[in-house]
Amino acid sequence: MKIHRRALLALAVATAFTAPGFAFAADDTIKIGLLATFEGPFTVLGEDGERGAMTAIGEAGGMVGGKKIEIVKGSSDASPDSAVRAARKLVEQDGVKVLIGPLSGDEGIAVKDYAKTQPGVTFINGSSAAQDTTFRDPAENFFRFSTDGAQWMAGLGTYAYNDKGYKTVATVAEDYSFPYTQVFGFMAEFCKAGGKVPSKSWVPIGNKDYSSVIAAIPDNVDAIYVALGGADAVNFLTQYQQSGGSAPLIGGSITVDQTVLTAQGKLRDVLVGTPSAGPTADTNDAPAWKAFVEEYKKQPGAFPSPSLFAHAYYVNTKAALIALDEVKDDLSDGGKAFREALAKVSFDSPTGKVSLDANRNGIADIFLTEVSEGADGTLLNKLIKVVPQVNQTLGIPEDQFRALGAVSRDNPSCS
Amino acid sequence: MSLADQPKSAIESNGLSRRQGFLLLWLLVAALVALPIFAPWPAWLNAVLISKKAFVSAIMNGITLAGLYFLVASGFTLVFGLMRNVNLAHGSLYLLGAYIGYSVTQWTGYWLVGVAAGFLALALIGILMQVIVFRRLEGDDLRQTLVTIGISIVAADLMLAVWGGQTYQLATPEWLDGAVTLPIITATRSNGAAVFLTFPLYRLVVLAGAIVIGVALWLMLNRTRVGMMIRAGVDDRAMLSASGVNVHMVFAIVFAIGAGLAGFAGVVGGSALSIAPGEDVRYLLASLVVVIVGGMGSIPGAAIGALLIGLAEQIGLVYFPTYGVVLTFVIMVVTLAIRPQGIMGRG
Repeated sequence: MKIHRRALLALAVATAFTAPGFAFAADDTIKIGLLATFEGPFTVLGEDGERGAMTAIGEAGGMVGGKKIEIVKGSSDASPDSAVRAARKLVEQDGVKVLIGPLSGDEGIAVKDYAKTQPGVTFINGSSAAQDTTFRDPAENFFRFSTDGAQWMAGLGTYAYNDKGYKTVATVAEDYSFPYTQVFGFMAEFCKAGGKVPSKSWVPIGNKDYSSVIAAIPDNVDAIYVALGGADAVNFLTQYQQSGGSAPLIGGSITVDQTVLTAQGKLRDVLVGTPSAGPTADTNDAPAWKAFVEEYKKQPGAFPSPSLFAHAYYVNTKAALIALDEVKDDLSDGGKAFREALAKVSFDSPTGKVSLDANRNGIADIFLTEVSEGADGTLLNKLIKVVPQVNQTLGIPEDQFRALGAVSRDNPSCS
Repeated sequence: MSLADQPKSAIESNGLSRRQGFLLLWLLVAALVALPIFAPWPAWLNAVLISKKAFVSAIMNGITLAGLYFLVASGFTLVFGLMRNVNLAHGSLYLLGAYIGYSVTQWTGYWLVGVAAGFLALALIGILMQVIVFRRLEGDDLRQTLVTIGISIVAADLMLAVWGGQTYQLATPEWLDGAVTLPIITATRSNGAAVFLTFPLYRLVVLAGAIVIGVALWLMLNRTRVGMMIRAGVDDRAMLSASGVNVHMVFAIVFAIGAGLAGFAGVVGGSALSIAPGEDVRYLLASLVVVIVGGMGSIPGAAIGALLIGLAEQIGLVYFPTYGVVLTFVIMVVTLAIRPQGIMGRG
């Protein structure tokens, strides 16, 4: 009898541990997983991504479809395996049915592959922007409202060649899928306009010492295109300044982001005047953007202006909330109704209209910018031009775009 | 029979001629190294090695990076090698020193004060660690390992709480800023004018500092009374204690120097590169590899190890960036296979 009772107790405890699935249905809260880099070299970026997601939830008053939102956080360190580990924990232990994340390019591809093994869970991207997360071999249940890294470069290659007059450009970028995508996006336009890229340096993520890389850049290029993020960008820019580098720079989207522009040190000198392009512009004076900045600034520790990570997490969270509201939090039948609603979501974000294509990848406005010094001494991305409604194939017909091949170290090439 | 295996007396008996032979050999090696650095390069060599500027810069950067690695690893090798104390929180000492140096520099406006603060604060923390942690765990390697891993994890989170996750960059003073022109010709312009290599002054200063500290450490260990006590304490502490020396005091001093050097390296390294969470693990790993390759407890070993790792990292970064990381570990594996005690380690 006693053993029997103990067995019952054990069963009860076991149930309590595995209960989230049940509690979820009975409770009037809805669990949403939030996956970002809260550790490692991209910590600052992940923290700002969270601020973006929380801004969207704050705007909704912490409620969606009549239920209270409960955020369960998962942390990765920008490596694909850490992202999958965190996603597994959120899905398999915490029982979330909606997951927002991850942050970085390779993480996105890994989580997309994991999504295929969890058809009952809906994955919505954070800010990861590798092309192949949605373009090649996509997952039915992975959605990305924040566009990809090649889209973010819209307008930059043409601007560098025609307006800035750069004919040859060397590139320095981290060695993984997102910078491949960014370089692809830049070169697609730059090479088409007639530019040449004689030298490409791919450096490991988290590299500290760039002086040898800087020395290996040919002396005769007109400009250097830099696609590095977070601490990597800070290190490169500082050492470039120290080594007396004189060639002007062209920035990848996250290289001239608020996460880098707010860093302390002499890198400011080499950054002012750097052209770039991305999903946001700090000096955008559209009322919707200004309202978003105000909401964002209510988050603890906010930057003077939201980074593109805050923006991407905001847009994706916002889209998730719109769809959840529409289906009244109905996630039954593997979230079928939710996903159908999500695929149709089209809304006015702080940076213009956002909708999805057939691969569940976002179509949105892209901003051509230039780094300038604000009135109070902070560095800002000044808006030069808006490129409206850029799609994933950059306006090229899909079959032709596919024929260009997957992004990689060597593709594209125009030396 | 390799040279290292020969008994000492054999070398000393016919020392003069052998020493002269070695001198000649070293001169030859030096000339072979210097020739490609100073002479202009033919086109084919430029084509193979990207450019002379890239190659020479990679070598120079490797050597100066080695200076930084040596500063961190020399503290590690003192504590780990001589005292057999496994301090896996050594990387945290580096990072904490960097943060303290940054805050003090911001506060006082003087970089040198920041450097001094980094050294002194960490020397103090080193003494505290020796008294509170290591004295209780003497001779118990496994517990030391676990406790210091625990300390490093707690320290990483505390530093994240205080200084946040952003990247800091220590500004070097004006007189260390900028680049110097070295008498190395990297290219010749079409009008015949030579293009000289420029190199950041600060990095050369770091290298010079590392060499001075390395020589001073070696002299202290091998030529002074304190050094003799330290070496005696490592070999037979009971006997040293019986002859009236306060062994705890001696070990506390070593620990203070080791930790202080880590803090000093943090400030110096944070000015050359940058300070961010995760640096602690990076420098712990670098120190471990340097000490394993160079041999535990040997100051010249740490210098050789640092040089190998620094050069491997920079050359790998320029010529095969994707697989460059592997190069460091190839060196470690080869060393472990051929000379498990390290290049300068005692067998």
